[in-house]
Parts: sequence; C-alpha cells; structure tokens
Amino acid sequence: MTSELDIFVGNTTLIDEDVYRLWLDGYSVNDAVALRVRSGILEQTGATAGVLQSDTMDHYRTFHMLERLLHAPPKLLHQLIFQIPPSRQALLIERYYTFDEAFVREVLGKKLSKGTKKDLDDISTKTGITLKSCRRQFDNFKRVFKVVEEMRGSLVDNIQQHFLLSDRLARDYAAIVFFANNRFETGKKKLQYLSFGDFAFCAELMIQNWTLGAVDSQMDDMDVDLDKEFLQDLKELKVLVADKDLLDLHKSLVCTALRGKLSVFSEMETNFKNLSRGLVNVAAKLTHNKDVRDLFVDLVEKFVEPCRSDHWPLSDVRLFLNQYSVSVHSLDGFRHQTLWDRYMGTLRGCLLRLYHD
Amino acid sequence: MPGKLKVKIVAGRHLPVMDRASDLTDAFVEVKFGNTTFKTDVYLKSLNPQWNSEWFKFEVDDEDLQDEPLQITVLDHDTYSANDAIGKVYIDIDPLLYSEAATVISGWFPIYDTIHGIRGEINVVVKVDLFNDLNRFRQSSCGVKFFCTTSIPKCYRAVVIHGFVEELVVNEDPEYQWIDRIRTPRASNEARQRLISLMSGELQRKIGLKVLEMRGNAVVGYLQCFDLEGESGLVVRAIGTACTLDKLSSPATFLPACNSPSKEMKESPLVHPPSHGCRSTHNSPIHTATGSRLTQSFSVSVPTLIYTGMGSGSAGKEGGPFKALLRQQTQSALEQRGGSPHRFCRRREFPFLTLTAFPPGLLVHVGGVVSARSVKLLDRIHNPDEPETRDAWWAEIRQEIKSHAKALGCHAVVGYSESTSICEEVCILSASGTAAVLSPRFLQEGTVDGSLEQRVEENLPVGCGFCHIPYDELNMPFPAHLTHCYNCRKQKVPDVLFTTIDLPTDAVVIGKGCLIQARLCRLKKKAQAEANATAISNLLPFMEYEVHTQLMNKLKLKGMNALFGLRIQITVGENMLMGLASATGVYLAALPMPGGIQIAGKTPSDGSYEQHISHMQKKINDTIAKNKELYEINPPEVSEEIIGSPIPEPRQRSRLLRSQSESSDEVTELDLSHGKKDAFVLEIDDTDAMEDVHSLLTDVPPPSGFYSCNTEIMPGINNWTSEIQMFTSVRVVRLSSLNLTNQALNKNFNGLCENLLKSLYFKLRSMTPCCLCHVNFTVSLPEDELIQVTVTAVAITFDKNQALQTTKAHAEKSLQRASTDNEELLQFPLELCSDSVPSHAFPAAKEHPESASSNSGTPAAQRATSVDYSSFADRCSSWIELIKLKAQTIRRGSIKTTVTVEKASPMGDGNFRNRSAPPCAGSTVGVVKMTPLSFIPGAKITKYLGIINMFFIRETTSLREEGGVSGFLHTFIAEVFAMVRAHVAALGGNAVVSYIMKQCVFMENPSKNQAQCLINVSGDAVVFVRESDLEVMSTQQPAVNCQPTCTGEVTT
Repeated sequence: MTSELDIFVGNTTLIDEDVYRLWLDGYSVNDAVALRVRSGILEQTGATAGVLQSDTMDHYRTFHMLERLLHAPPKLLHQLIFQIPPSRQALLIERYYTFDEAFVREVLGKKLSKGTKKDLDDISTKTGITLKSCRRQFDNFKRVFKVVEEMRGSLVDNIQQHFLLSDRLARDYAAIVFFANNRFETGKKKLQYLSFGDFAFCAELMIQNWTLGAVDSQMDDMDVDLDKEFLQDLKELKVLVADKDLLDLHKSLVCTALRGKLSVFSEMETNFKNLSRGLVNVAAKLTHNKDVRDLFVDLVEKFVEPCRSDHWPLSDVRLFLNQYSVSVHSLDGFRHQTLWDRYMGTLRGCLLRLYHD
Repeated sequence: MPGKLKVKIVAGRHLPVMDRASDLTDAFVEVKFGNTTFKTDVYLKSLNPQWNSEWFKFEVDDEDLQDEPLQITVLDHDTYSANDAIGKVYIDIDPLLYSEAATVISGWFPIYDTIHGIRGEINVVVKVDLFNDLNRFRQSSCGVKFFCTTSIPKCYRAVVIHGFVEELVVNEDPEYQWIDRIRTPRASNEARQRLISLMSGELQRKIGLKVLEMRGNAVVGYLQCFDLEGESGLVVRAIGTACTLDKLSSPATFLPACNSPSKEMKESPLVHPPSHGCRSTHNSPIHTATGSRLTQSFSVSVPTLIYTGMGSGSAGKEGGPFKALLRQQTQSALEQRGGSPHRFCRRREFPFLTLTAFPPGLLVHVGGVVSARSVKLLDRIHNPDEPETRDAWWAEIRQEIKSHAKALGCHAVVGYSESTSICEEVCILSASGTAAVLSPRFLQEGTVDGSLEQRVEENLPVGCGFCHIPYDELNMPFPAHLTHCYNCRKQKVPDVLFTTIDLPTDAVVIGKGCLIQARLCRLKKKAQAEANATAISNLLPFMEYEVHTQLMNKLKLKGMNALFGLRIQITVGENMLMGLASATGVYLAALPMPGGIQIAGKTPSDGSYEQHISHMQKKINDTIAKNKELYEINPPEVSEEIIGSPIPEPRQRSRLLRSQSESSDEVTELDLSHGKKDAFVLEIDDTDAMEDVHSLLTDVPPPSGFYSCNTEIMPGINNWTSEIQMFTSVRVVRLSSLNLTNQALNKNFNGLCENLLKSLYFKLRSMTPCCLCHVNFTVSLPEDELIQVTVTAVAITFDKNQALQTTKAHAEKSLQRASTDNEELLQFPLELCSDSVPSHAFPAAKEHPESASSNSGTPAAQRATSVDYSSFADRCSSWIELIKLKAQTIRRGSIKTTVTVEKASPMGDGNFRNRSAPPCAGSTVGVVKMTPLSFIPGAKITKYLGIINMFFIRETTSLREEGGVSGFLHTFIAEVFAMVRAHVAALGGNAVVSYIMKQCVFMENPSKNQAQCLINVSGDAVVFVRESDLEVMSTQQPAVNCQPTCTGEVTT
C-alpha cells in the first residue's frame, strides 16, 4: 500500500514554526523528518514516523505555495487563497527575509549578479549553510535590491513599505543594499574580524551623512548612492596633510589638548602624522570608484591596525578622534570646516565601531 | 418584468501577465446573464485595472433570476488574434432574491480558470430590484429561503414543519457529448460548470415551488447532490424539509420582518399563495417531466437491515440463520415497471425530515435506523434525458424506508439522507434515516400518515422520552432486550439504540462520547451488467451485517450503549466494495449498562489455545475498563429493585424486515438471540474471526486532550472556546495488486483510516484540549487499485478546567432530572413558546435593553449554581441521598434557571469574554470562518445571508510542474475555500455554517501528466457577532445592526 496523495488543507492555514525553520534552512523533507525525530517529537506526541513524514511534506508543500507570495509580501496580505492571521503573516515574512550572519559576511559588498550566484556552492561549503538556504538569502538580497535601487526617499522606509519587514531587519537590508550598490570590499582577510553589525552600523552612518538623500531628500537621487559632489570636494581636505605648517599646527593642537589624558600619548605623538595622512588621504581618494570600494580596507590598514599594534585602548581612540576632529576648527588657514565635519563626523563613528579585536 | 439585475465592475488586482513583451495585461470584462452580454472598456497595460464601469442592467424574469448564474469573464484584449480568457467568476444571485438575506453582493472575487486556477481578483457590485407581479402563472419561487443547516436555524422559529420535499433534474453531461472531442478542456469544463450551476438553480426553484405549494416559506436541511452517471447523463437531485419559519425578532408570524417597501415586495410571494403550473421552460437545457412513460429498468432490490437493539444477537451463529436470511433476502429481478405516478402527486407520501436536531418537543420516540439500498444499471435507462426513471428509483427506496419505519411502530423518519455510489454503469442508491414518532404540534396534517397509530404521550419525561420504544413490546420487529427506562423507570427501552440524528440537547448522557467507525472491504469479481449488479447485491447484505456487527462490538468495547449520527457509506468499485460507517457513541443514562464482550473458542481441547483465548479476553476486558475511564463513564450503581423486576423475555424470535417490493413469500424468522442476555459472545472459530477480534483492538484512542465525534456537539463537553479550525484532508492510496485478500484489504483500509486520524491529531496538537466535531469520512474508489478517503471536520478548543466542573454538574443534573419529571414538565411548554431555539433569547433582548441586562445576568448566576452543585456531588455518596438533596433545592426554586440555560447553550457561555480575538487589525482581508456545524462557538448568528452552493472543476496538463497530485489537489482545495470565503464576504457575511464538501472527484493520469478534480461544496452564509461584542453593544446601543467589523462594504 503506497500513498499516492496525502494533503491537509485548513480554512486557516496551519503554520508550524519549527518546520518553517527547517524549510528555510534548506533541509530536504527527509532530513527535516530526521531532525524532527531527533528533537524527540515522536515521544512527546506518540506519533509515528509515517505521521511525521506526512506532516512535514504537507507543511513543505504549503511553504512552497506561499513562497511565491513571500517574494512580494504585500501580496501575502491581500491574497485570498491562504487565510493566515496577521501575526502569523508577519512571522512568515520576517523569518523568510532573515539571513545568516555567516552568509551575509560572504556576499556583503559583492555585486548581486549571476556570477556571485554561481559562487554560492563554495559559500555553502564554507559556511555549512545549505545551498538552498544560500540561494534563498541571496535571492532575497537581490530582490530587495532590485525593488529599492531606483527608488526615491528613505531607503529603510522603502524597504519596509515594500517588504513589510520589522524596523531592525529593514535597516539590515538597507545596509546590504547600500554595500551592494557601492561594492565595498568586505572579504579581505584583514576585514574578517568585522561582523555584519559593524558594517551595518557604518552603512547607516554613511547613508545618513554621505548620500544625496542626506542633504535633501527631495533630490532626484536617493539613499543608495554616495553624494558624488561631496566626494569630489573631499580632495580639498588634502591641504591638511600637504601643507606642512597646517599639519604641524594640527598636531600641536591635538597634543596640547591630550597631554596627560592618553595612556598611549607618546605613541600618538610619534604616529600623528602617519595617522592624519592616512585619514585625509582616504578622503582624497574617494573620487575613484576603486578607492571607494576599498574604503574599509584602507581604514583598517591606515588607522585601525597602527593603533592596534600600539595597543591603544578604545577610550584613547575616542579621545584622540574627538580631539583630532575638533582641533581642525582652530586651524585658521583651513576653509572647509563643514566639509570636514561631514566627513569626519561619520568617519569617527565608523572607526570607533571598527576598532576592536 | 419582474426583476432588474444591476452589475457594476469596479476594478481588478493581481491579474496575471498576459503580454510577455510588456509584462502587462490589457484587460476587459464581459458580464453575461442569460443571453445578454455587456462589456467594459479595455483597461490598457495594467495588472490592477480600474474599470469603474457603469451599471449594467439586465431586465429578466424572476424565473431566470433563480436559474441563471451571473457570469463574469475577464479577458485580455488582443488586437490581432482572439482575446485570451483570463478567468471567470460565477455569482449565484439567489441570496438577493429573498428578504432578510443580503441586499447587495459586493466585494473581491477570485478570478478562476479551470486550467490555471485563481488568477487575480475582481471587484464587483451586484444588486437586484424585484417588481411585484401578481397575475402570473408562477414558475418562480423567489422568496423561499434555503438552509443547509439540518436544524431550525438559530434566530428563526419553526411555526410549521410541512415535511419532505425532493426534486431531481437530468441533463446530458457535456463531457460526454460529441462536441467534447473537438473542444478544448477549458471549454468543456466551463460548459460543465455552467450547466451544473444552471441545473442547481432550476432545482432550487422547483423545490421552492413545492414549498410554496405547501404554504411554507423555507427549506431546512437542504441537501443537493449531483450524480455523474457518465454516458447516461448528469443528475442533480435535492432533498429537504419544508418549513414555515418565523424570524425570532419579528413581532408576528405572517408579517415580513422588515418594513422597507422594497423588502416587502420581495416578500410578496409569501403573501400570495401561488397556483402551480406545469409550463415547461423552453430556453433551459433541462427537461422537465411532462408525462410518464414506460420505462424498463434493471433493478436489484437489496435487503435492508434495521439497526436498533439487536445487541444481544450472537455474532457467532452466522453460519446458520444468517445464511438463511441471505437466501431469500437477495433477490434480483428484471422488473417491468409500470408508469411512474405523476411527479407532483407523491410529495406528501413520505413523512421524512432531513433534520437531525429538532425544536424541543417535536421528537417523541426514536425507533432505530432504517435504511434501504438498491442496485441499478444506468445503461438500461430507457429515456436517459428524462427524470422519470430516477424518480421511480428513489420513490421505490423511499417507500421501502417508509415501510421499515412503519414496522418499527413509527410514522416518520428523521435525519433522513440519500446517496449514490456509481462505478461505470452500476449505481447503488442508498437512503437511510431514523424511524421516529413525532409530536403533531409542529406538523401539518398532511405530513403525518393518519392511518398509523400515533403513540404520542403528552406528558413525557424529558431526557429519556426519545429512548422509549415506539413499537409494541410483544410484537417486536427484531430481537431486543427491553428493560425499564433507567431514567424514569416507567417506559421500556431497548438495550442499544442506533440513530442517524444528533444527540437531542435534552438527552441525559453519562461521560463523553467518541467517534466509532466500522470499516470493511469486500473483493468482487469484475463483471458486466446484470452479473455485476447481482454480484454486488449479493455482497451488500453481508456487508451491512458485518458493518453492524463491527459497530456493535466497538460500541461495547467503549462501554457505551447508543450511536448517534450514524452514516453508512457503501462504495462500489471495479473489483471491490467498501463500507464505512461512522457514528458517535455515547452512554445514555436511560439505557441499561452494556454487557461486556465474551470470547468463546470453538475447539476447547487445546490448552495453549485456551490460554490464548483467555489472554484475548483479558485484553478486551482491560480495554473496556480503560475506555470507561477515558470517557468518564461512571453510571450510578442501580440495584435491581429500583429498576423494577426484569421484563419477561419477549418472544425469542425475530424478523428482519424486508423490502416490500419483494415478492418472496418465504417467511424469515431468525433466531439471533441466545439464552441469557448481558454478555456479547464472539465465537472464534477460524482465523478470520481471530483477525476480527484483533482489528477490534487495533483502534487506538485519540491522544490525550483530543476527543472526536461526527455529530454537531460532543456529548459531555459544553464549554467551547472560540478557536475553530475547519479542514479537509484527502488521501489516496494504491493497493499492491498482488494477492489481495479480503483480510489484507481490510487491514489496509483500517490502517489508512487510523493513520489519517493520527495525522489529524498530530497536526492539530497545538489546539489541545480540543474536539474534532462533525468528522465526516467519504470513501471513493476512483480506479482499480486506488482508495480515496476524504475527511472534513472542525477542531474546536474547549476549556479543560471548566469541563471537569460541568461534567460533574451535568451528571448531577441528569440525576436531578430523573427525580423531577413533573416539575420539568410544567416548565416545558413555556420554554417552547417563548423561545424555541435554544440560547437565543438575545435577538429579542437587543430591542429591550432592560431584558438584555437581566439576561446577561443569568450566565453568571448559572455558573455560580453549577459550582455549588459540584461541591454537593463530592459530598453525596449515595444516589438516593443525592436525589433527596436535589429535590429540596428544586423546591427552593433556584435550579430551574440552571437547567434551562445549561441546556440552552451547547457552546457554553461566559467563558469567551476574555478570549475573543481582536478584529483582524492590520489585515486587509476579512476573516471568514468556515465550519460544518450549525453554530459558531462563542458567537451568535444574527443573520442568514443565503445558501452557498458551488461547483468547481480544475484540470491540469502539467501535473508534475504543479507539485504532483498532492500539490495539485492541495492548491485546488485551498482555492475552493478561498472562493467560498470571497462569496460569503461579498454577501456581507463573516462565516459559513453547515459547510459540507459533498463531492471531491479526483482523477489522475500521471503518465500523461494530467489530472482533473471536481468539487462541490455548500453551506449557509451568515453574519455572526462574538458574544463578548454583543454584550458591549447591548449595553451601549441596543438598536445597532450587527455588522461584523471586517466587512464594512455592505450598503443598500
């Protein structure tokens, strides 16, 4: 006796959260059944393996049918085929768009193209996340990217409106979209110590301060692209390191202010010019796309690593950066104060976040 | 010009992409009614078109209004080639034709295509203006209300129950017409859907006419089925109970409930009694009966069993008397039939009611289950396009049922239903019901056969009266052991009672009930025509007998003594017959305690064998004891003295009733009983019998926290909470064709059903404690080695803590009832006229805020008293003492309300206040509940919006791509649910009650990557209001029209 057909359809669609998770994690029906058996569900409920198999199949089929709707979450709310309570709808959507830290670190900043998709096999092997789950996560990134890429207005709001995600998840997606659009390099070995949260934090600061939307949300362009004009202007900052007098003055201002306040004062003093040169040069290079991509590599190379090798405590880094930014206001010969603040305000936030082991 | 139908097409959304180049669609809509078609403009390049059309007006006969569906087709405009159809919506406008129901249909309807399924939605508004027209030769029956619910709908009162109405219409099946060879599957499916819709409309109109003729205004328990006979045609038939209903809130019986002039016009058909005519309809494809013709048909009459108190018969003596029974029971004949009587004349011949629950006082006695089956050959129908032959077939069966009822001393049959099973050219017609004696109070003279002796005792004790035997104890139609009623100790009761009705609300039950199923397969040789029919009819009595034995054994194993909602389905396939009986077992306090089951070995010589037998016996005894504990069956110990001396054994002979049409003059006198009563002996004389006993013990009880029944309410649970989940589950298994034996088949089938139940329990485990109610199994044999089982049921949660309390209170109440017959009786007529429908004092209360407040006060008081009583129960050790105590309390006068209220609300009360879900905030789609029950726990139905009766066909030529058979059917059923919900929401409703999936015909051809499925569903669209919301409303503003929060679109 073999089962040809076996279905269960409820007027209210039954959603089993555990099975949903297994499905999202990309397990096959048989693997999911095995995992459920291991969870001890048979003992708890007195069910047989056959019952579990049939139940799992049924849920998988339902999820498969729902997947089409989950690709455009507002459709899930308006469709008539599945009667699902609103709280469950929210859960379905949120979980579907949730991604793995390990996975996102692999693709963050990469072009969401077919080429990257082909690499998913390797990512799957590397991270231990099933290929199926990798594909879902990748496709989610790509889908969100495609929808909001050309849209005006706040990136987070757009994502939230079109994908009905929670605020937190929408912010994460904003970061992913922002990184994908600007192709920031995040995969280099020296960046491996950084978490997705670190990057997302930086992305948020950059979206808030460095994009066109940051200046004027009515503008044609929006949150996704960096303000080109601003990047051009950043060249003007070069004077801070190119002008020897200015650099010395800057150094003396900072050193005077911080004397006795830093545990690593002498290291700071010796390294000041290098550090300042590094930070200003990063700004000056941002006119080239290639250098924009390497922003994080440069920041780590030019600032984080030197400080770290000298064992700066975080509090000292904070004090230094604050003083370093503020002192520029006292440089009489320097005319680009606003530009400096727009650049350094964000950079300071990023560097503090990036500065850890 | 009796009616104007107005349709407006507002908008579409989520349309499919029809133009690959632009990824968009140029959609327009065709609106068709009868032969008139209107079109909207083409809305270019959009998947969410806004047509906002003018009002399309159709001026039509009300006859057409009833027959024709409104047909809305969405198309994609194509300049160069033919326009592509996106899909269709059929809207039954019947609900707009009577007052009190919906006034407008407005909402989003899924656009359905038989090949692609649902493809987007369309927003439509439909209205009807009916004009008064007195001088017409009436063909329409606008104004007659239809209900699928098999009880008097809540918020109505039955003034008169007129009786049985039936009708059938026949037409050629479009799938079997020559044109089907050249048209597309889509065209063929649509032709079929449209035809069935048309036939349903016509059928309903004709039934309505009969109702008007009987001076009724409604059909309750309306059951419509279609038979796909294949070559010989497509039959749509319906039965129902004609009633005159009175809306509970309306002041007088004969006045329409609403005062607006337009509504009064709608009501007019009721005010002017029609004269009936026989004008045939020319434009309809269906042929009405015009005269009678001689028909020659092959017919095999099948013996029928009457299930009542045959409990004491020994199953082991099968060898002797039973064979004798079969010999003369199975008789096949080629009958030369005379002309069938005129179709209009036979209406009142059958005192049948399709109701399964009754207004208090209507049901006096219950005799037992009566059923009849008949095997027919469809290719022998002389005039397949005419309904006469089928009419005659059914008339014959109904006649048989009637005579069976008569033999049981009953003049009526209640809980009546009819069904068919078709395989190729063989068709089994079945009918069954419960023989009963009804009180004439509600019935019209014509309904009850006057010649029958009516044993209506006016002063019946409540709670056990229906158990008392209606037949003469000295001339019993079958062997039964009668005892004095354990409740009132005055009348005689059988030892076991089988019925097809719901448990009467006033019945005194001990413990909880449970679902009991008998399952059976019988192999049959493949044969043709007469030989096949004969083979089948030879098998049928064996199956009936075995199903009965199984039911009886399982009932005893559960320690129970009565079955309610019994439904036996016999399905015919190419090479086998399947029998599936489902019922809800209960322990009726009025009936004697069931004896155990004893096993007797045939060959007692062998020692190890003896040991085995005794081992089995122990297992059985243990199971009985376990079940008693599980279902909380602890009847009070009653000594013989209280019951009175045992009744002298009636004549130890019995007659199995035979159909009257049989001409055999051999007298069947079987001795099915054996010496001393009490124990039910199973003789194990071969391995088969051993298997049977084993299979008895394989049924595992549901996991803890679960109960199941196939009746409306679960006996012993009455504190439902508001969470419900209706579901349909379908399984198809393929049998390995190798060495199939009856035993293996039975085992497979048993396993299939048990596994299905287990799966349900597992799936719904998050709802525990809960009860699966109205569990409805349907078996079909779509192909040689395929068995399909379809289950529809509803899971309802209940409050466990309160359950314990109320069962205690319930048990006491039952005891107290026994002692206070007289007092109860005094109160009874009052209750009857004030409020015939239980628990619906509310509609009246809405008008009078004062009474509302006093009403809402009662539940609290009742809860208080019941708590009080359970503490009494703890203290009272002896039964007598308890009765005394009760009697005293009753004299003090506080308990009377307790009894009424508790009986009145099977759904419990008070409990939901904190639990009701917030009204679908955030979601744009309103929630529509669906349930096979006639009520919604924790809520009051405030309005019936009309009947939902939908038929869908889905076909695919890309089965694999749609997820195989499971994916295909899963999607289709979900789509059907969606379409039902959309229609209900468009009517302004928020629930479907008495929902039933009447047919689910699935055919597959995996090698061709094809599958097809037909589904027919029906139910009543209603508006319900949560009891918690009601309370708020009644305190704030009593005159609020109770519209649900989610469906605000209803405007007039």
